[in-house]
Amino acid sequence: MKNIEFRTASSAQGGLVVMAGVPGVAAGSRVQLRDHAGRVRSGLVIRSADDAVLVEVFEGTDELDLERTWVRFLDEPFKLPLSRDILGRVFNGAGLPRDGRPPVISADRRDVNGEPLNPAARAYPREFIQTGISAIDGMNSLTRGQKLPIFSGGGLPHNRVAAQIVRQAKLLGEEAAEFVVVFAAFGASHADARFFQESFEESGVLNKVVMFLNLADEPVIERLLTPRAALTAAEYLAFDLDYHVLVVMTDMTAYAEALREVAVLRGDVPARKGYPGYLYSDLAEIYERAGRIKNRRGSITMIPVLSMPSDDITHPIPDLSGYITEGQIVLGRELSNQGVYPPVTVLPSLSRLMKDGIGKHFTREDHPHVASQLFASYAKALEVRGLAAIIGAEELSDADRRTLAFADAFECRFIGQGEDEDRSIHETLNLAWELLSMLPPDALTRVSEEELAKYHKGGEA
Amino acid sequence: MGKILEINGPLVKLELPQTVIGEQIRVGRQGLVGEVIGRDGDTALAQLYEDTAGLRPGETAEGLGWPLSVELGPGLLGAIFDGVQRPLLAMRARSGDRIARGVAVPALPRDKAWHFVPDPARQAGGSLAGGDVLGTVQETESIRHRILTPPLIQGELLELAPEGDYTLDEAIGRVKLADGHIEKLQLFHRWPVRTPRPFRQRDHAVAPLITGQRILDTFYPLLKGGKAAIPGPFGAGKTMLQQQIARWCNAEIVIYVGCGERGNELTDVLESMPELKDPHSGRPLMERTLLVANTSNMPVVAREASIYVGITLAEYFRDQGYDVVMVADSTSRWAEALREVAGRLGQMPVEEGYPAYLGSRLAAFYERAGRVETLAGDHGSVTLIGAVSPPGGDFSEPVTSHTKEIIQTFWALSKELADARHYPAVDWLESFSGYVSSAAKWWAQHVDPNWESARAEALDLLAASEELQRIVNLVGVEALSSEQRWTLEAAGLIKEGLLQQSAIDEVDSFASPEKQFALLAALLEIYRQGMKLVKLGAPARRLIQMPLLAQARRWKSQHSSDDIAALKAKIAAIPAAFEPLLQEYAAPSTPREASS
Ligand SMILES: Nc1ncnc2c1ncn2[C@@H]1O[C@H](COP(=O)(O)OP(=O)(O)O)[C@@H](O)[C@H]1O
Ligand SMILES: [Mg+2]
Repeated sequence: MKNIEFRTASSAQGGLVVMAGVPGVAAGSRVQLRDHAGRVRSGLVIRSADDAVLVEVFEGTDELDLERTWVRFLDEPFKLPLSRDILGRVFNGAGLPRDGRPPVISADRRDVNGEPLNPAARAYPREFIQTGISAIDGMNSLTRGQKLPIFSGGGLPHNRVAAQIVRQAKLLGEEAAEFVVVFAAFGASHADARFFQESFEESGVLNKVVMFLNLADEPVIERLLTPRAALTAAEYLAFDLDYHVLVVMTDMTAYAEALREVAVLRGDVPARKGYPGYLYSDLAEIYERAGRIKNRRGSITMIPVLSMPSDDITHPIPDLSGYITEGQIVLGRELSNQGVYPPVTVLPSLSRLMKDGIGKHFTREDHPHVASQLFASYAKALEVRGLAAIIGAEELSDADRRTLAFADAFECRFIGQGEDEDRSIHETLNLAWELLSMLPPDALTRVSEEELAKYHKGGEA
Repeated sequence: MGKILEINGPLVKLELPQTVIGEQIRVGRQGLVGEVIGRDGDTALAQLYEDTAGLRPGETAEGLGWPLSVELGPGLLGAIFDGVQRPLLAMRARSGDRIARGVAVPALPRDKAWHFVPDPARQAGGSLAGGDVLGTVQETESIRHRILTPPLIQGELLELAPEGDYTLDEAIGRVKLADGHIEKLQLFHRWPVRTPRPFRQRDHAVAPLITGQRILDTFYPLLKGGKAAIPGPFGAGKTMLQQQIARWCNAEIVIYVGCGERGNELTDVLESMPELKDPHSGRPLMERTLLVANTSNMPVVAREASIYVGITLAEYFRDQGYDVVMVADSTSRWAEALREVAGRLGQMPVEEGYPAYLGSRLAAFYERAGRVETLAGDHGSVTLIGAVSPPGGDFSEPVTSHTKEIIQTFWALSKELADARHYPAVDWLESFSGYVSSAAKWWAQHVDPNWESARAEALDLLAASEELQRIVNLVGVEALSSEQRWTLEAAGLIKEGLLQQSAIDEVDSFASPEKQFALLAALLEIYRQGMKLVKLGAPARRLIQMPLLAQARRWKSQHSSDDIAALKAKIAAIPAAFEPLLQEYAAPSTPREASS
């Protein structure tokens, strides 16, 4: 069937083409369409019956002339050719070269959809990754194999934060980063893509980066393929070549919007805000490809960037993502406006795997308690700040004033840091104690009495 | 033999006359399995439990003649199954780290022989009825598996094997049915998952399920055989709370169903359970635990089934006379899977895309919980605890609101508490339990006669502090009287010293009922002592500075449940801590002072 061209397109609309009378076409099969101008487009079979086959065309159906469109069914799913040579390369959203170099030739071609990992084969991520960013390392630590998105909003410095993580991430005791990076952009602007490209170049890792780019002005449907192609490359690097892979993807919101667009065309029943009910499962197919596998050396650590529509964390895209990922780093407009970089809003931020990757055997024995205390003290301080706004700071008690001073110092000095400042976890924890010491020991009940005696600058507990 | 007409996502249209809805089917060259969900003349609509990529119209389809069923027998404990009871460890051995399609592996191992001890009460020639115990297999050190007669069998026992080692395929007996038909008995039998297993009658739930979590046991108790829900936005702690319950609760069997959630969470359970000891039996927890996993990246259709697979396994152990707990994380993913099926069948959506029967399906599912008298005359229970994941954390959405009407215990998780890292983030105002008076009898009998009043006193204190906090937020703490400030402080003490409980602190993670009550009594004692002083005119400011308050907040993690004596010693010393202030403020003319 691979070699036969059919010219039976009976309708075309919004990226979907119906082919009449092609019996026995495999579901999910890849398709090649040649239009009247000789341009080749690619697509996928999304419904197949003997009398009608529905094809989704990545490049869209604009200017398709039904009578002059020739269609071949390639009889296999969308596959990505893989070899060591993908490192340093730039591909489009469908995995074709866009760096002007020849295509990757390899007998090893894999279905971009992957196969679900058997939960019994996973190895639980426990290795602490030091990003050098206090708000992350100290309070929302990242571990190798984790999926930890950055929830952000328009105009916030998520790209700079992601780039800083890529530059600085390392395991404790490790000198330089031994990661390779898979970078996928979908719906991103050219400026964003260039920013990352230059940042990789500057840190001299370009030959350890694979890029998959589908930019804002490029075919929307191709976005559904882009993260899958990128993750197929990541899985190959991690589980065949033993690399520790850091996957940075931006922007999940553009991905979800593309999915909604296609769902509407297909006539799927919408759930919330017009997004299809399967958005959750579809996002999970992507996010869950992060992780570690027993008896394999490599790992996939994932940092998706997601811009929250109208900064609303309850919007279906961040909401469903948060239900799947292993926490989230939330960037906030308020801190950003105050000039704090990175503007990590710590309270709604969370790392679910932190509890298993920090403490005595991993970072420092006081780390879990310190983190918990920072959260508690800062949450308390924000209440006081709210009160001060109502009754006026003059009316506050001494204790409350101390708490306010702590909040300010915490935001400026602990959360805030330089874009090139790479703090060790010890520096981060010592800084935390310095700030906690602004509060009386009796107010610090989440750390132990021994820890207070050892680290609190105010002396005895 | 039928054939495939159309493939559309997980849905296939088949030419398959005479099939019935619910029948299992096998299609295509790879032998993918699924179930029929609709019929129209000779065509049937089916959904597959596996990805349909590569299937073609024209490929074969066959009905298997039975509905989705599970295998029930030795080999269940310690296992991890997928949503249609395929054994994931065996699958990994067979097809590697990724779940390959079309792999058929029996749920229970066929090569393993189990040591069967027949029940002396069963004699050849005697009558045999469904649910009767044929004998036992010591499956793990702590669990004796009772081999049950399949529920629908009724007849004469012709033969029962002597004590010895048998595999699942071997016969351990024969029974002659009423119609003269002779049937082979084995160590296992099958049961369709969507049909509740029969029992003699429902029983009243009598004992609380002790989870070792203070806010649950002491404030919002659940009974063995009860139904509970844990709603909460993402990150609020639903999974951790369910894992804590799975680890520490005093059930005999725990079924953990991961329904549409993270793979790593199951890995976590799989890796940690064998290392942890059951505080009640001292044995590794994995010996009493069984996992059903359809993670969020596994096919959605099997997700809908996984909940039924889990509850059927739970009922099976109940029928052996065990107290079983099933935790389901998350029932919302199941409801969403239901919504997808409904959408594909073109059924009219009523709210947020959910079909009209969402409420009745949920209710019917939760009805499978309960304490019962089994067919064999024993008592067993299934306690059902479902997590609910409301979109945007909005409890008024359909799954949460329907569930709330069905269950008796509601552990509402709050984003605000979780954000401040107050764990477990169970909201003490939103949560409720309909089992308090039954639980009170148990606590009075086994722990302390004052449990109910102490609990009520603490809850009153928390409610009062909520009011006061509102005032403080408007006008500042200075506006409060000393009495009110002390109330606020004491409520803070209860929150931090009692309600907050760290799952990752080795000592704090589990609290026995005795420890729970001791802490509650201690903190209330501090409250009362302080109140006495405030009433004597001591300013709250002085009390709040007492080092005792910071110390008491740490007691929970300083004394384990085996170390109640030390805790009690600290409690006995509470009045002494207040003594200096009492000396200062008690008027010299009061009779008590005069006599001292
Ligand atoms: N009882 C607890 N003790 C300590 N940490 C907790 C507790 N409950 C929740 N957490 C923290 O909150 C995080 C999120 O909890 P989780 O149960 O995964 O939330 P959910 O299932 O509601 O999304 C956990 O990873 C853990 O860090
Ligand atoms: Mg969860």
